[in-house]
Amino acid sequence: MADLLDVELVAADRKVWSGEAAMVVARTTDGDIGILPGHAPILGILFNGAVQIRQEGGDRVVAAVHGGFLSVADNKVGILAELAELAEEIDVERAQRALDAASSSDEESAPADAQRAEARLRAHSLVG
Amino acid sequence: MGAQLRVYRRRIRSVNATKKITKAMELIAASRIVKAQQRVADSTPYAEAITRAVSAVASFSDVDHPLTHSPGDAERESDGPRRAAKLLLTSDRGLAGAYSSNAIREGERLTELLRSEGKEIVPFVVGRKGVGFYRFRGRELAGEWTGFSESPSYQDAKEVADAVIEAFLKPNEEGGVDEIHIVYTQFVSMVSQRTVTRRLLPLEIEETEEEPEGGALPLYEFEPSAEDVLDALLPRYIESRVYNALLQSAASELAARRRAMKSATDNATELIKSYTIKANAARQAEITQEISEIVGGANALADATAGSE
Repeated sequence: MADLLDVELVAADRKVWSGEAAMVVARTTDGDIGILPGHAPILGILFNGAVQIRQEGGDRVVAAVHGGFLSVADNKVGILAELAELAEEIDVERAQRALDAASSSDEESAPADAQRAEARLRAHSLVG
Repeated sequence: MGAQLRVYRRRIRSVNATKKITKAMELIAASRIVKAQQRVADSTPYAEAITRAVSAVASFSDVDHPLTHSPGDAERESDGPRRAAKLLLTSDRGLAGAYSSNAIREGERLTELLRSEGKEIVPFVVGRKGVGFYRFRGRELAGEWTGFSESPSYQDAKEVADAVIEAFLKPNEEGGVDEIHIVYTQFVSMVSQRTVTRRLLPLEIEETEEEPEGGALPLYEFEPSAEDVLDALLPRYIESRVYNALLQSAASELAARRRAMKSATDNATELIKSYTIKANAARQAEITQEISEIVGGANALADATAGSE
C-alpha cells in the first residue's frame, strides 16, 4: 500500500477532522503548497482560506481556516487554526451577508471580517 | 402547641428550604462539570500541536524574537526595576468553597516572591471575585475581565492574551512588563483541584512527562521564514495557554462548587435530623407535662371532695 498522509485538522476548541489522505493542498502566505506523502518537515503559516484534503478514493474534504498553521513531519500533517470549519458546515448565506456587511462598513474589523467570509465562501465553492 | 416545639418546627422548615436550594446547585454544577471537562479535552489536540510547533521553532532556530527573550538577558538585566505581570484567574460567583480565595492566595504568594526579587507587579485579573478583592483593597488593576468564568470561549481567551502580550511588547519605560505569570486552578479530578503558577513569557517550554511521539523533533523547514513563523505562532501559543487555563479553571470552579454544595446539603440533612430529635423530645415533654397536670388536677379535685365529706 502506498504511503498515506495522516491528517489532523484541529481548531482551538475542537478537533475538526482527522483521517488519512493522499494529498493536502493549502495556501500559505507565499502561495499554494501541496503536500504529498514523504514531504520534508515543514512549518508554515496559512493564509486565511481553504484547505483541501484529498483522500485516496478521490473524495475531497475542504475546510475554511482562519489564523492557521501547517506542520508536516513523518507523513503526519497537522493543520492548526484558530477557527476551522468544514465546507459542509458553512452557512453560505450567512457568509455572503457577512461579506456584504463587511465590505460596506468602515469599521476597524471590517477587512478581517471580509477575509473570513471570503475564506468560507471559497471553501464552499471548492466543494460545490 | 408549646413555644419550644414551634421554634424547632420552624427551623426544620427553614433548613429544608435551604437544603433544596443547595441540592439543586449541587446537581447543576455536577451536570456542568461534564461539559467543562469535555471542553478541556476538546482543546487539548490544538494545545499539544501548537506546543510541539513552538518547541520545534524554538529549538531549531536561533531567531532573536522579542517574545523569546529570557529575563537573564544582559540588556534587560540592566533596565533597573523590572516589571512582572500577574494574570489571576478567579470565578465570577461565590458559593464555590475556597476556590477563589485559594487562587487569590496563590496569587498573593507569587506577588510576595516577585516583590522579594525586586520586581514590580502589574496585575491582570479575570473573574468578579478577584476583581472585588483588588477593588476592596484599593489596588490598581492593569486589566480586568468578568462574566465568562464558567464557560470561557476562545474569543475571551484571545482578548485576555492580547492584552498581556501587548503589555509584554511595550518598552519598559512605557509601562511594559518583562515577565508574564499566570495563576489558575488546575483540574486534576472531580475531588482534587490544584492552584498552580506558570510563567507564560519569556518562553518556558513546558516539559511533558512522556517523550514526544517519535523521539526527537524533526528538522523543520519554515515557510516563509523562521522569524515570520515565530511571529505568528507565539501569540497563538499564549492564547492557547490562556484558553486552556481558563477552561481548567472553569472545570475546577464547578467541581469546587459541587463539593461545597454537597457538604452544605449534607450539613442541612444533619441539622434537620438533630432538630427533629429535639422537636420530638419537646413534644414528648409537652405531653408528659399535660398528663401530669391532668393527673395533678384530678388528684387535687379528689382530695378536695374527700375532705368535704
